[in-house]
Amino acid sequence: MENVSQDQAKNNQIRWRSAAEQKTYSSKLVEALRHVRRSSPPDNVSSRGRAVREKADKVLAIAAKGRMRWSRAILKKRLKLRLSNHKKAKDRSKLAAAGNSRRKNLKIEVPKKKRLRPLQRRVRVLGRLVPGCRKLSLPNLLEEVTDYIAALEMQVRAMATLTELLTGANAVAGNVAESSNRLEISRQLEHPPQS
Amino acid sequence: MSSRRSRSRQSGGSRITDDQINDLVSKLQQVLPELRNRRSDKVSAARVLQETCNYIRNLHKEADDLSDRLSELLETTDGTSAQAEIIRSLLTQ
Repeated sequence: MENVSQDQAKNNQIRWRSAAEQKTYSSKLVEALRHVRRSSPPDNVSSRGRAVREKADKVLAIAAKGRMRWSRAILKKRLKLRLSNHKKAKDRSKLAAAGNSRRKNLKIEVPKKKRLRPLQRRVRVLGRLVPGCRKLSLPNLLEEVTDYIAALEMQVRAMATLTELLTGANAVAGNVAESSNRLEISRQLEHPPQS
Repeated sequence: MSSRRSRSRQSGGSRITDDQINDLVSKLQQVLPELRNRRSDKVSAARVLQETCNYIRNLHKEADDLSDRLSELLETTDGTSAQAEIIRSLLTQ
């Protein structure tokens, strides 16, 4: 299912590293974040930060256009979370009404630990770091990891640039009159500091 | 190229061969900024896997930190839609 040819993989790498892709991602992210603010804002700093991160991941997953397993896993996870929250709310009200707790009968199975060679253990750790890739075969894991890394690098570059833009815009806006304001901002934005 | 089969017991039906691991490792090395300039026979497979995991974790951490920072900045730019418009138009150029 995840048969991306060598050429496609190379093209994907090139795409993640292109300025065009980063710009597209940045503008979609900005749009998504303004949307977040308008809907009910969470009232503490860490949950706001988390909301931004979730949006950033979602927009990144969408940018992958369904090509890669990690991207599909991210989108699926969000969907599952939303559905399970809904289901949890329903279950809670059901239990409250029925007054019983089914949990006592649940048996938790602990799988027997398999003896893995140290390298295989590390491969497993790696598989857990990439969304949806815990049980992938090695060749597929390699594809996913290299694509995921390139995507993450772009995400970080884009968010860092965005942060610089907003910091600059904020700093200038505080001091000067509006017309020279705009000039200064656009000059800064046109020549963002390269890191 | 030797085709030594892995001597480990089969785990869950999929046998991971040494060759597969070597292939994974040499390709990963190219992706890691720290290691891509070293000769592949000088870097152990374990090291490459370790570095890859560290690298991904670092990228995750950076994304988290930037998200926190962005959420602060977006709070303060809330009122000034002019700035937001400027940023957006310049981003989409």
